Amino acid sequence: MVTNITSLGRNGVHDWLVQRISAVVLLAYFVFLVVYVATNTDLSFSQWQNLFSHTWMRVFSLTALLSLCAHAWIGMWTISTDYFTSAMLGSAATVIRLGFQLVCLLILISYFVWCVQILWSI
Amino acid sequence: MLVSIYRYNPETDSQPRMQDYQVELPQGKDIMVLDVLQLVKEQDSSVTYRRSCREGVCGSDGLNMSGKNGLACITPVSHVIKNNKLVIRPLPGLPVIRDLVVDMAAFYKQYERIKPYLQNDTSPPAIERLQSPEDRAKLDGLYECILCACCSTSCPSFWWNPDKFVGPAGLLQAYRFLIDSRDTHTQERLAELEDPFSVFRCRGIMNCVSVCPKGLNPTQAIGHIRNMLLERGI
Repeated sequence: MVTNITSLGRNGVHDWLVQRISAVVLLAYFVFLVVYVATNTDLSFSQWQNLFSHTWMRVFSLTALLSLCAHAWIGMWTISTDYFTSAMLGSAATVIRLGFQLVCLLILISYFVWCVQILWSI
Repeated sequence: MLVSIYRYNPETDSQPRMQDYQVELPQGKDIMVLDVLQLVKEQDSSVTYRRSCREGVCGSDGLNMSGKNGLACITPVSHVIKNNKLVIRPLPGLPVIRDLVVDMAAFYKQYERIKPYLQNDTSPPAIERLQSPEDRAKLDGLYECILCACCSTSCPSFWWNPDKFVGPAGLLQAYRFLIDSRDTHTQERLAELEDPFSVFRCRGIMNCVSVCPKGLNPTQAIGHIRNMLLERGI
């Protein structure tokens, strides 16, 4: 079993499952939004605001947001461990990879906090 | 026909180069790429490649021919020739020892990792461990692998992480022992594969299936391993 600590790897089955479940949640969320917009051709701002003021919509949006963050993190982590390897970049690979992952993490946390603020300010 | 061959001798060359040879093909006969290499070697004895059985059994002459991996001995020239030119390179992703000969240590290390032998904790029977015809049939499409490395060296995940991702050849063999009714170490074998690299680096692009000279399906075997890991984890 691969156990490198700096790879930040957890469990492959766990990641695989999270990636698929989060994809289904995101699909459901965006299909819902597209259908909502398509079936309300004369959509007004107040109607749109009203939609997001319901608790169920906030929970749905928050679930989609969490799914997006989890999906993006696993995806970016995978990309970084594919391309920023010692074979490609030599001894600097670990520092570059961890730096890249840290930037991704900070961006995701920032977007998450920002989106939660928006959702709960409606 | 023009044959362009990857040349590299680490003792004399600072970097690899492509060298062209003109080869006359026999009329009315579709010879194999290995035969072409033999004709080239008659012109230039320094061209180096591996070969042995010349009938697709030993797996020695895995090469990249006009961009696709395969066994030179069972690949007809007509299948890989483009614009009357044949480009022959070593298997990609592995260190080149010389010309078309690659160092397969990383490939064999991953094969060794999956413990490619039967493990059974029960006391051995007097004669042999019996297996039903149905259980034996499950090994078809798995045991035939000749470890030529055409599949693993066509896999980008193996190029990026040859030290962590087992690769299609190793995983095909891993499943061969996971599914064998005579093996009692299924759980231990699965525990060795559950990290995010060993199996889950497979993105299912099926390059391995496309190039396997024996017509095997490593992607399907990897899918079965993934299902076994999921069932074990749930």
